[in-house]
Amino acid sequence: MFENVGEIFLLFWRALLSLPLAWRQRQKVFDQFFEIGNASLLMVCMLSFFIGAVITLQTGPVLVEHGLASAVGGVVGIAMAKELAPVMMAILIAGRIGSAMAAEIGSMSVYQEIDALRTMNINPVHYLVLPRLLAIAVALPMLVVFAILVGWLGGVVVAGTNSHIAIPFQAFWANLRDVVELKDVANGVFKSFCFALIIGVVSCHQGLATIGGPRGIGRSVTKAVVNSIVLIVIFDYVLTRVLLH
Amino acid sequence: MNVSTNNHSGVGLQVRGLRKSFGGQEVLRDINFEVRPGEIFVIMGPSGSGKSVLLKHLIGLEPPDAGEILINGESIQTPEIASKYRLAMVFQSGALLNSLTVGENVGLYLSEHRLKPPEEIARIVAEKLEDVGLKDTAEKMPGDLSGGMKKRVAIARALVIEPQLILYDEPTSELDPLSAVVVGEEILLLQRRIHVTSLVVSHDRDLAFGVADRIAVINEGRILTIGTPEEVKRHPDPLVQTFLHADFKREP
Repeated sequence: MFENVGEIFLLFWRALLSLPLAWRQRQKVFDQFFEIGNASLLMVCMLSFFIGAVITLQTGPVLVEHGLASAVGGVVGIAMAKELAPVMMAILIAGRIGSAMAAEIGSMSVYQEIDALRTMNINPVHYLVLPRLLAIAVALPMLVVFAILVGWLGGVVVAGTNSHIAIPFQAFWANLRDVVELKDVANGVFKSFCFALIIGVVSCHQGLATIGGPRGIGRSVTKAVVNSIVLIVIFDYVLTRVLLH
Repeated sequence: MNVSTNNHSGVGLQVRGLRKSFGGQEVLRDINFEVRPGEIFVIMGPSGSGKSVLLKHLIGLEPPDAGEILINGESIQTPEIASKYRLAMVFQSGALLNSLTVGENVGLYLSEHRLKPPEEIARIVAEKLEDVGLKDTAEKMPGDLSGGMKKRVAIARALVIEPQLILYDEPTSELDPLSAVVVGEEILLLQRRIHVTSLVVSHDRDLAFGVADRIAVINEGRILTIGTPEEVKRHPDPLVQTFLHADFKREP
């Protein structure tokens, strides 16, 4: 993975340089945005609801036992907003959308469609990478906002219905509002924006670098997903460290 | 983009001392030849002789290890070459974009470079598809077409560029004899109509001797001979003769 870091940065830089062409590619950006957002929304809601539920189930009884029932809302609220929603959704999107990007562009590389674009003087970065990168950079943060809200909902439901926790909705919500600030949500959304760029650029790079037929496409898809997840986890630590101050 | 609709003159192509190796294996060894403007030049040779790699160099998709490729005297590696001369390539597989319709594929060059309004592009696409005998296929997807139809769509896509140099990579491979004849006639027709310089890479002897003004025979990355079809037929090199006369013989 790390031997390609230079190429990945170069691709990202080329995509940035092509930003003035974004308006021209708006239809493709919209198509990709629809693909990423619409197709992932249900999955995102399910995943985040149960993440919120399980984090409440894990922390709630312990906090209640130590007389900290009033802190459950805050713990779940912060955990979802700053960490779990951005990271888990990024991993989900890496698996679902990063793999699709790598497979589609990889297949185009193997079957000479990228070469055909080049012979028509059409830059693959403008035509393929830029729309995907813009779409995922907008779609993932929006999905994360949904995920945070639905995750809180999962926490509220479990806190209210589980007999070991038994914190009413109003108390949970009041504590969550006391603890979680808008900047905490912004923190998570910013992280997800960075993760989106990682998934987009790593997957597109892997797709463009594909060689060797169907087996090569499979290899690229696996590499795109694994490399994206590894980089997400590393950058999660770095960003958390930076954003703490 | 420099696209003039009334400048149809073909360009000249020169290849000098071209060499290329992959992983220590030399695939092209000191290739030298010249293609004259408006000429149909066929490069023949057995599979694995370096024909397709050579073609990729000629359109600028691969950088050479040594040597140079000149279009009207200017290096193919010059960044402005793609905007100065109109070059097109018909890939062996057609290389149509599978996510686009046939019409979108054919009109892609014009729409991406914003050279014409959408109505004009639709008219040109319909005209070019009719030229290659594929009227009313604009709304179909590439996956719905046969191999021969895909190749003809690829030719239509190249025609939209109004090329001055068109490269064909194995245009008749995987085609039945009738479709192969149609593609061969199309190559001849284009040369007569728009005087495009055509470079055809093929191992199809019927196509080569049917359409070529001159033929080069390549083997193991080296050019064995260059000449008119008659000169190549008479060439004494045993490798050339073996390739030209290889035939299946059934034991009695």
